[in-house]
Amino acid sequence: MSSTFVGMPAFPEAARAAVDDPTLRANLRHATHTIRAKRARAVAELADWAGLRAAGRRIKDHTLRHLDRYLEQLEASVTGAGGTVHWAADADEANRIVAGLVKETGESEVVKVKSMATQEIGLNEALEAEGIRAYETDLAELIVQLGKDRPSHILVPAIHRNRGEIRDIFAHEMAAWGRPAPENLTDTPADLAEAARLHLREKFLRAKVGISGANFMVAETGTLVVVESEGNGRMCLTLPETLISVVGIEKIVPTWRDLEVFLQTLPRSATAERMNPYTSTWTGTTDEDGPRAFHLVLLDNGRTDALADRVGRQALRCIRCSACLNVCPVYERAGGHAYGSVYPGPIGAILTPQLRGTASEIDASLPYASSLCGACYEVCPVAIDIPEVLVHLRERVVEGGPAVRRGNKVVLRPARGHAAERAAMRAAAWAFGHPSALRTGQRLASRSRRLHPRALPGPGRAWSGTRDLPAVPAEPFRDWWLRTRGGKDAK
Amino acid sequence: MNSRERILGRVRRALADVPPDERPYEEAVPRDYLREHGKRTVEETVELLAENLADYRAIVHRADAEELPLLVMRLLAAHGSQEAVVPPELPPWWTAAADLVRIHDRAADTPQRLDRVGSVVTGCAVAIAETGTVVLDGSPDQGRRRISLVPDHHICVVRVPEQVVASVPQALERLDPTRPLTWISGPSATSDIELDRVEGVHGPRTLEVILLDG
Repeated sequence: MSSTFVGMPAFPEAARAAVDDPTLRANLRHATHTIRAKRARAVAELADWAGLRAAGRRIKDHTLRHLDRYLEQLEASVTGAGGTVHWAADADEANRIVAGLVKETGESEVVKVKSMATQEIGLNEALEAEGIRAYETDLAELIVQLGKDRPSHILVPAIHRNRGEIRDIFAHEMAAWGRPAPENLTDTPADLAEAARLHLREKFLRAKVGISGANFMVAETGTLVVVESEGNGRMCLTLPETLISVVGIEKIVPTWRDLEVFLQTLPRSATAERMNPYTSTWTGTTDEDGPRAFHLVLLDNGRTDALADRVGRQALRCIRCSACLNVCPVYERAGGHAYGSVYPGPIGAILTPQLRGTASEIDASLPYASSLCGACYEVCPVAIDIPEVLVHLRERVVEGGPAVRRGNKVVLRPARGHAAERAAMRAAAWAFGHPSALRTGQRLASRSRRLHPRALPGPGRAWSGTRDLPAVPAEPFRDWWLRTRGGKDAK
Repeated sequence: MNSRERILGRVRRALADVPPDERPYEEAVPRDYLREHGKRTVEETVELLAENLADYRAIVHRADAEELPLLVMRLLAAHGSQEAVVPPELPPWWTAAADLVRIHDRAADTPQRLDRVGSVVTGCAVAIAETGTVVLDGSPDQGRRRISLVPDHHICVVRVPEQVVASVPQALERLDPTRPLTWISGPSATSDIELDRVEGVHGPRTLEVILLDG
């Protein structure tokens, strides 16, 4: 994925600064708690939520299990409707294709709709290196771009910023990118939105090339769907002469009808609205309405590696709503940057290590960035069992084993740093298989309990640094059972 | 090998565990959800549309054929618009009472020109009561997508009850996916500052929906 995060320390190290930052903690707490309650109300309005959730899961599962067929069908539909389809095996190839397409138009600037896929591949940086300036037009992406910052949330990349910080960024940075912020800009959200409107309008009106992602692609019709709020998406999708959409291959749904599920579950899960203000759908090109040229870049970049994992592939059902981030106790405290990826939070903790592998320190630590409380699974509108995949990926980190990387079968070596854990688990397995040894050990532990330390020594120190060691009872359970005949005799 | 073949090859190898005779799409996807939420009379469905549009800050009016031209005139005047964009086949009587320059869609060629126009008047393809949504499909009474986007004031006329459906599934049944569609639920808004919703960003900041009784 993007090179922005190379050399990130492991999650616990990266989270330390965030957890110590009271402003950040307050910003995240305020935002996630606001949206949590609203989402619950929006979901409660639909009596058939469970049915919609099950249908969403099944549509996505079915599509993924026949993805080759649906990709070919989509390609034919888009081509038939006047679009051009490109295939990109990885980030570099996608960036090369997009840069080439922009250069063919002779333009040196593009306007962008918020898109996770283009964040993932580091498109803006790649275009910059080719002398093409990409303007982010989503309000939160604009805040991140002007602040030379990194996104920290899937839906609201500037969630870590409060209104005062946003005001300062606009007041100081807008002039360098185009129209300056109005004099005496206040920090009320309405004024900040107005400043963004004025700043971006000239860019929309002169734009010749637009770049987007898509929320859904319909295989049977070749239709792409973009769900948004501000109208910046509509500007980028309709005013330019050329439109380039970079979309992950997992974003397909088979039929037009399938949208009836996701257009109900996505807005309620994402912004807690019955419906988001604007949804645009387009099928190829339309005479005299919108772009004359439409290019679709289908992106793999690790998705087929995730697809090869029978437990992990469910992560590809994700519709990027962010509900799991907003309910996660770990995300609420650590913030998005600590995850070292454009995909933070619970979904990021299972998606990133599958897309990038678990070779780096940060990626190997992500499956542990969770308390396994399961709140993420409960709110997920496509029922991704995130805790199940987290545990599966932890096992892969510790034990190694077969996996697929860049389309090739590999055997992963067990990660360093988990030797003590593996030794402890081996010892436990042996003890449970030898009852007399277990009994002797338990009695020994009970009798020596006054001498037990409160923290583990050596390699166990990190583990017990954040946990209380369980107290050993005065008498092992089995001895108590034998002595009292299962509690029938009094104590 | 090109990237198309490479990606399709990776997909097929990744799916080696999927049996060739797996359940087809029709059986694999249960539709255990409702076609609409709750039973309503036609009039109640229209009421719900009005309520949900207003909940997301659209301004809702009701009018019959006789009242419509005067209402449109009043709304345009209140917004201070001397010019309004109209799609090629907007019924002329809708704006007949208004004393203004009608900018016909084709003439408003550049986005910059559209940006100087105060208002736009369009019809719609369908409206969804449960979500408070109007959908435009580029038909001749609605025009190209850009005309309902760049001007800051959008007046959208919905013919009730025939253009109103209760739910999202019912709307999709009526719509043609080959047309470029714009689903509009209230004026432009954002939740990007502290996840709190504020209205008025890049799209029209004022959306007025007229429910035209037929």
